[in-house]
Order: sequence, then structure tokens, then C-alpha cells
Amino acid sequence: MALLEVKNLGISFGGLRAVDDFNISIEKGCLYGLIGPNGAGKTTVFNMLTGVYLPTDGSIILDGNNVVGKNPAQICQSGIARTFQNIRLFGKMSVLDNVKVALHNEYSYSLGSGILHLNKYKKTETAMNERALEILKVFDMNEQAHILSSNLPYGKQRKLEIARALATNPKLLLLDEPAAGMNPNETAELMDTISLIRDKFDITILLIEHDMKLVSGICEQLTVLNFGMVLTTGTPEAVLNDPEVVTAYLGE
Amino acid sequence: MKNRQTDKQLIKNIAITIIIFIIVESLLYGGLLSRQFRSLLIPVCINVILAVSLNLTTGFLGELTLGHAGFMSVGAYTGALVTLNMNLPMAIEFPVALFAGGIAAAIFGVIIGVPVLRLRGDYLAIVTLAFGEIIKSIINSMKITNGAMGLSGIELHANYKHFAYVFALTVITIFAIKNMVHSRQGRAVCAIRDNYIAAEAVGISVSRFKVMAFVVAAFFAGIAGVIYSHNVGTLKPTTFDYNKSIEILVIVVLGGMGSIRGSVIAAIILTVLPELLRSADEFRMLLYAIVLIVMMIFNSSQIKQRILSSEILSRLRRVKKEA
Repeated sequence: MALLEVKNLGISFGGLRAVDDFNISIEKGCLYGLIGPNGAGKTTVFNMLTGVYLPTDGSIILDGNNVVGKNPAQICQSGIARTFQNIRLFGKMSVLDNVKVALHNEYSYSLGSGILHLNKYKKTETAMNERALEILKVFDMNEQAHILSSNLPYGKQRKLEIARALATNPKLLLLDEPAAGMNPNETAELMDTISLIRDKFDITILLIEHDMKLVSGICEQLTVLNFGMVLTTGTPEAVLNDPEVVTAYLGE
Repeated sequence: MKNRQTDKQLIKNIAITIIIFIIVESLLYGGLLSRQFRSLLIPVCINVILAVSLNLTTGFLGELTLGHAGFMSVGAYTGALVTLNMNLPMAIEFPVALFAGGIAAAIFGVIIGVPVLRLRGDYLAIVTLAFGEIIKSIINSMKITNGAMGLSGIELHANYKHFAYVFALTVITIFAIKNMVHSRQGRAVCAIRDNYIAAEAVGISVSRFKVMAFVVAAFFAGIAGVIYSHNVGTLKPTTFDYNKSIEILVIVVLGGMGSIRGSVIAAIILTVLPELLRSADEFRMLLYAIVLIVMMIFNSSQIKQRILSSEILSRLRRVKKEA
């Protein structure tokens, strides 16, 4: 069975049907792309998958469990992590702390042992530091662990967001326009990083992207969304040459 | 390596605490402190506790709360009622009063924390202001608190003769809040301040940690209230109006949001300053206001940054490190 099975997902904001009859099935380990013109409802789909919006109808089955109706924190704990289109870091915290916040549910100790600095606190904090640095190392950012996250350059901020999402130990990672605002070199580097983390962390990735080079370069499956409806689904070659997709999104 | 560093920091902090304590105690018992300053010792400690605890909600959680005096009054009245109705030696009575006052205030922290969870920013500020006033009115109309007449004849378990206890409580508060901020729970609280949507997205239950911050802050405000009531000996509901809340907020803002050390220093300055200006007579409050404005400007200006990063200071630091 597929890792993520979304059936007939739909949401209405008042009279506006933002997403209608959205179906997607993502196999474990797949690198899946969601594309479409601006305003097609891609981020809305992400918001429904992560519990920010409650779908009007449909079901979202992750690994056999329906996650519809759970709040964002619970959905994260059941295994879906995300990044944001407009970067949302914890700006007044260090790079390391940003990752450690995401380790919150992986490592735990009580408030009491935190205040009294009991042994459990020291042990757990050391383990958290090690784990956080290990994740940062994948992104080549362990040297910058103690910098304030808002002081990082733009590309690194995007990477830190991915690192933070990975720290929650997800089964499925949702990337919302990871290459937005990056130059071709940075995008190429990002493509390598995305493939690398998929293998290294053994996860499944669903990404929204407008950069066709990135999409055709790394995605194994694509779904095209237009006016809130699925236009087509298939391999990148098939989808990107589909005349309907060309008219609706890519342009003649 | 990291652990050894924190241990060093801890030893340094403990050393500073002991030195401050010895200096104040020797001043106190050497008779070098005038009556005026002697009577300020405990209020300074009270304001430090209040400011540090308010900093948890205002600085670290990032929510402006204007009802801190409300929590303080709950603690003050509960503690006072405990000592008035118990005739036990101080060693038993005062800790019980402290505990009861803290817990009572914490319960009010939950009562206020839960309904205001959905509010943010200005709305939350107004609602906490209203809650503070509600607590005041309730105390004003209850029989057990003796209404507007207030309570009097509370045994002075926290006057300057008991400075050691109060000092210890202050230090405990500072350490507890500081350690909390650097714990897993504290990080969650700071993450909510920086970006609550992202905090939720990485699996942090926003409502849980908001309430936690409120409750811990209220608990320590309650403790401060108990110390206050056992320092002054009389309680009136009007003491705990929104002016008191604003006064604490001013300390936190002056000291710097999210800076515990800043809160401590600002609390000391702003408690002692009005007394220092007493000689200016009718211009006292005017001068106080001017000093406040100047300090605020200084604090947010480049001058402070430059002084902090100046050659002399960094050289001093280097020398210290080598030593």
C-alpha cells in the first residue's frame, strides 16, 4: 500500500471551491512533484495535508491512518513535516536551537528535571545536541550552529528549514517551493541535497516547485493542479509533454 | 566539552550570588545602610521576582500581559490569610504561606491562560488587563479579604531581618526561570514567540506551552505577592491595580525583553531610583520620568552597542580570560 493515499480531497472557502476532488497516491520512497500555475491550490493542498486547514471532504490516509481532523502538531507527530513557501524560521534563536525545537518530541524530559538540571536533562540535551549537529552536517551547516538563524543568508535559511523539518523524523516531507529565489547554481545544489536526504533519511518527498529544471531533474512522479482540480498525473516526460499541461501552465 | 562549559558558568553564577549576598549582609549588619535603603532591600527582591517572571510571558513567550499585579495580589492575599489563620512558628508558617500563595496564583494562571489562548497581541494585552481588574474587584468585595479595608496585622516574616530567606527565594526564582528558558520546554515557548505556525508544524502543542508559561509566571508572581504581604504587614486591594502591572512591565521593557539579567538590573535601578530622587522633592516624579526616557533611549540606541563592543571592554574581557 502507498505511504500517502489522498482520496476526493476538497475544500471550500465560503462559495469558493479552492480544491476539488484531489486524488494522489504516493509510494514509499518516491520523490513526487506537485506543479501548476499560481493560485491553482497547491499550497492549499499542503495546508490540508498538515492540518492547517480542515478539508471540507475527502480523506488523507498516511500509512493506514486517517489524519483528517488532527491539528498540525499531531499531524507532525504522526509523520508529516513541511517547509514553508515564505521562510518561517525561529529568527531570534540559534541555528542549533531551531533544529532542537524540532527534536522536541523525539527526546523528552520533564520541566522539573529541566529546571533542576537533573542527570536526565544533561544526558538528553547532549544527545539532542549531537543529533542536531548530525542533521546540520548533512546540509554542511554544522559550522554555523551558533549563529542566529535570521542572520543566515537566504539559501542557508531555506536549507535550515529543511533540516528542521527532517529533525521531526518524518515519513513524508513536504517542500513548498524549495528553490524559490535561488539562482541556478543554488538550485542545482539543492537538487543534489533533496535526492541525498531522500536516500539518507529514507523518507518520501512531495514538493511544490515552479522550476521545471528541478522538477524534471529529480521528480519521479508529477501531478498537475489547475483551478483546484487535478489536470493529469504521470511521469515527468509524459506530463510535461501533455498538450493540456502545456496550454494550462507551461505555455506554448 | 559543552558540559564542562556549563559547569564553569554555574560555578561563576554561584560565586557572584554569594559575593552579592555577603556584601549586602555585611552592609546590613555593619550598620552602613540607612533606614531608607534598608527598607528597600525586600522591595528590590520583590520587583526582581516580578520582573523575571513577567519576562517569561512578555519576553520569551512574546505576549504582552498587563495583569501581573493580579497574580501578585492573589498570592499576597492567600499568603496573608494563611499566616493570619495559623499560629505556628515562622519556620513552618512562612513556607506554607509561600507555597499556598504560589499555587493559588498558578491556579489563576490556568483560569486566565486557557480562555486567552486564542488571543494574541493587543487583544491579549487588553484581556489580561481586564482580568487583573476583575481579581482586584473580587478581592474588594469578598468578606474573607476584608473588602476595601484590607488585611492588617500580618506578621512581618519578610522584613529586612529575614533578608537571607528573601534573597534565597529571589535567587531560586532567577535560576528556575533561566533554567526553564534553556530547557526543552523553554525552547518550545521561544519558538512560539518567533513563529507559532512553524512551531505547530514541528509538532509543538502551542496551547499547552502558552498555558505553561502563564502558569509558571503566575506562580512566581504569587510568591512575590506573599513576600510583599509579609514585608508590609497590611494589604489593600488598590495596591494591585494596573499601575502596578505597568510598573513591572516598564522594568521588563527597560531591562530588555527576553533578557533575565536585564530584568534583574532594571528592577534594582527602578526600585532604588525613586528613593535616590527623594531629595529633589516636588520634582521627584518628573526627574524619574526623565531618567526613564533617557534610559529607554540609551538602551535602544547605538551608543550602548558601541560601548559593549568597544575596544576597552573587549580588551578587559581578554585579560580576564587569560587570567
